[in-house]
Amino acid sequence: MATPIRVNGQSMVAEPEGTLYWPEERTLVVADLHLEKGSAYAARGQMLPPYDTAQTLVRLEAVLRRVKPERVICLGDSFHDGRAGDRLSREDGKRLRTAIDGRDWLWVVGNHDPAPCVTWGGRAVDDVVIRTLVFRHQAAAGAAAEVSGHYHPKAVVHVRGRRISRRCFIGDGRRLILPAFGAYTGGLNVLDRAIARLFSGQVVAHVLSGNRVRALPLTRLAPEWETEQKS
Amino acid sequence: MPELDRALLPPLFEGWFASRGWRPHAHQHAMIAAAAAGDHTLLIAPTGGGKTLAGFLPSLIELAERPRDGLHTLYISPLKALSVDVHRNLETPIAELRLPIRAETRTGDTPQPKRERQRKRPPHLLMTTPESLALLLSYPDAPAMFRGLRCLIVDELHALAGTKRGDLLSLGVARLASLAPHARRVGLSATVAHPQALTAWLSPSAAVDAGDVRRIQGPAGARAEVDILVPDTRLPWSGHMGLHAIEAVYQRIRSAGTTLVFVNTRAQAELIFQALWRLNEDSLPIALHHGSLAREQRRKVEAAMAAGRLRAVVATSSLDLGIDWASVDLVIQIGAPKGVTRMLQRIGRANHRLESPSRALLVPANRFEVLECRAAVDALAEMTLDGDLPPPGGLDVLAQHLLCIACAGPFDAESLYGEVRRAAPYADLARNDFDDVFAFVSSGGYALGSYERFRRLHQRDDGLWELSSPDVARQYRFNVGTIVEATTLKVKLRNGRTLGEIEEYFAQSLVPGNTFLFAGELLRFEAIRENTVVASRGGTGEPAVPAYAGGRMPLSTHLADRVREMLATPERWTPLPEPVAEWLRLQRWRSVMPRRDGMLVETFPRGGKWFLVAYCFEGRNAHQTLGMLLTRRMERAGFRPLGFVATDYVLATWGLREPDDMAILFDQDMLGDDLEAWMDESSLLKRTFRNVAVISGLIERRVPGREKTGKQVTFNAELIYDVLRRHEPDHVLLRATRRDAARGFTDVGRIAAMLDRVQGRITHRRLDRISPLAVPILLEVGREQVYGTALDDLLDEAAEDLIAEAMPELVTPATQQTSLPL
Repeated sequence: MATPIRVNGQSMVAEPEGTLYWPEERTLVVADLHLEKGSAYAARGQMLPPYDTAQTLVRLEAVLRRVKPERVICLGDSFHDGRAGDRLSREDGKRLRTAIDGRDWLWVVGNHDPAPCVTWGGRAVDDVVIRTLVFRHQAAAGAAAEVSGHYHPKAVVHVRGRRISRRCFIGDGRRLILPAFGAYTGGLNVLDRAIARLFSGQVVAHVLSGNRVRALPLTRLAPEWETEQKS
Repeated sequence: MPELDRALLPPLFEGWFASRGWRPHAHQHAMIAAAAAGDHTLLIAPTGGGKTLAGFLPSLIELAERPRDGLHTLYISPLKALSVDVHRNLETPIAELRLPIRAETRTGDTPQPKRERQRKRPPHLLMTTPESLALLLSYPDAPAMFRGLRCLIVDELHALAGTKRGDLLSLGVARLASLAPHARRVGLSATVAHPQALTAWLSPSAAVDAGDVRRIQGPAGARAEVDILVPDTRLPWSGHMGLHAIEAVYQRIRSAGTTLVFVNTRAQAELIFQALWRLNEDSLPIALHHGSLAREQRRKVEAAMAAGRLRAVVATSSLDLGIDWASVDLVIQIGAPKGVTRMLQRIGRANHRLESPSRALLVPANRFEVLECRAAVDALAEMTLDGDLPPPGGLDVLAQHLLCIACAGPFDAESLYGEVRRAAPYADLARNDFDDVFAFVSSGGYALGSYERFRRLHQRDDGLWELSSPDVARQYRFNVGTIVEATTLKVKLRNGRTLGEIEEYFAQSLVPGNTFLFAGELLRFEAIRENTVVASRGGTGEPAVPAYAGGRMPLSTHLADRVREMLATPERWTPLPEPVAEWLRLQRWRSVMPRRDGMLVETFPRGGKWFLVAYCFEGRNAHQTLGMLLTRRMERAGFRPLGFVATDYVLATWGLREPDDMAILFDQDMLGDDLEAWMDESSLLKRTFRNVAVISGLIERRVPGREKTGKQVTFNAELIYDVLRRHEPDHVLLRATRRDAARGFTDVGRIAAMLDRVQGRITHRRLDRISPLAVPILLEVGREQVYGTALDDLLDEAAEDLIAEAMPELVTPATQQTSLPL
């Protein structure tokens, strides 16, 4: 069950998979795929299961099949590192090519992939401007209206003695940060100053939970312990 | 004592014993005789019997008579403090007899230059821990260092065997046998239920009845005098803290010399400590000791205890092992003991003069615990001990060990398999398990095989395997060990003094201004900064008490059986306190008593719901798993269950429809698909996987040169778990995880045994209202965490909480029910 979100006047849909759909533009936005993160660790001696790219792409395929977008914007850190594109297995490469085929596929540059791999199609761009919105990897200081990724936001909630941690969108109506989509992407608590300082006014976390997106105000969320609290 | 044995103690040592007014114990002679014969030896003796000296005497004698260079005896204990204490005790005879012996300790605290020197020029006697041994074995110079080793002493073997630390040590010992084939093995152990498992652990052939380990039984010591304390105050129906008896406990402390007060959890330790100090008008020096307190604080308490400056210490299992305190003359156990062997060992901490009896007092916290304490006293009188046979060794530990071997130098996989199987926990290790672990260590062991080019091990032309890069060795040494800490935060006072650590989860539930009880102090929570909880003294209001995962040990099978037997035998109720006996008589009148070999299930309506109470007696962990499975089944059968709650004794469920046909509900097929489906989703399994992933080296707790503050595990284990489960459910690490979970958190083995035992022996009583025996469990409803609710549904509750925040008058708090009609 997806949730309608307005970002600087535009009507978008926050989807339970963590992608953002813009019906009027037939555009799908996805952030932080971190393809081949597993093999990047393996190259350094940590043998994480090598199925992360496949899992990420299969989940993305499912979304593409459902919403059939004409344009896809990947908000940067699509590839975990500069060589990640070369490490893609033949099968995963084929998956990616099929996904890109017939669509306007935009690889926004990120800090992990300043030169995104275009071997399987798509084009690399620094950012994208459509109507009233800028799409970039990392939220820029003082930006008025933008959609970004980079921070891997997650929300933590305490209910009945249980601590529940889930990926989430976070926004204040003018700016929106998407959750990371990649299988091996962890999260940063939205109460962390790095994220919190970007927003003002009515901030809402749209929390991914099973097949639903649940909106929770920041007051309901619990901090991570890296966060400094005001006493 | 035969003259032959007596002659074994050389005059020099004989004289030394005499000069101190001691006479060597028979078991000390026996140890010297065993050493002279070159036998591996297991010495079983209670603490205070000169056990450690008995272990070292043969080495001291040999080195006195034939001085030599190089490492002669390696001593391993699970506690650093023990190594230090043993070292100090050995220095006395070494100095007084001017023996040509150098003895040193080596632990994580040993400074780097000294460690280097110890490898190049080892002392004669080295006292260390399992982890430090693993590290020593990972260096290429290990063969040179250990070549001349003559004796290996493992202290507190009973506490190591059957644990992952013990697994790691057993593999290290097997390695030592290859490096130093002539080294004798000596195990020192407290009294245990299965000594043959310990001889197998020590045996170089790893076989149970190989006959290559001599067993020496130390003196039994005087029998302990154990009483049960039931004060005249109201005997609680439920709860585990034992605060109702605090006044009586204080009086016992006042009239004793030095008392050790054992409790079952750290939270209980905090509460009991507070309560004692509220009564402590005499200002008796009473201290607190548990695993979350700052190390310096614990060392201070231990030193004060050793110096005889304390009248009492409230402690958890943090003091189950440790150095001898001859001055302790009373042990009080508050809360049921849960196991006979552990009780015996705790009681053994009192009065280390073997001639006079130890005195101990059990303080049951509720009515069921009275039965359990009674059963424990009977078991102690009959010396029927409990304890499970050690499980097979962990595959995650094996992975860590393979990496250790690889770090030491090129090795042959075939002969390593042979060597590993000479460690008892791995005696039955299947070849395919070894191969899978090897493949995991080498390149992850994934069916996809895409990591071949990143192999950590490669095969040379001569067939031996070696590390692909020295980085791997650095990584290994940074992450050695099998103890995976929960994520904790330091608790600091404003002045910067560190009090100890609490779990991250608890810290997150605090709001500035909240009061909590920690390190024996009432603290006000100020803030969380970096990885530190900042607090100030003197909070107000009802304090929260930090809880710790896995804090409670479940009721042992043996004690459970004795409790069932007692319930089923009314003649045995006579010695019970009258309120308990009356409670049982009422039960017999209103319902029936559970049978020893069967299971009683009661169902009754209450408050618009149908309750099902099953008297299983299999311990909390097993009951929680069973509750999960049972409610799934009830759901399918249309009984519309709403929740369940478990104690060590009983499982209760409640729902909207009356459940029937217990034979079908409790059928053995319960452990099939439901179990697997639940286990895979369970957060318990994820937590188990995290430990396996860290121990096996899949994720690092520390990265060389990049030691992050706080969070030690560098990669989210849950993400890996989800990916691995989906793509390679049979991966060796998932197999290792399921094996661990089956005997740990979920205790599936006990459920299986119970379902088998009660097959055809289930008594179902339909009652029109709650039975006396069901009262304690129903009082737990609402107090315990509710299991089985999907986390995502709880998120909806978070939204509803908002309504409650806005309109508190609409919401009634879930307070404990205080009176139930009988």
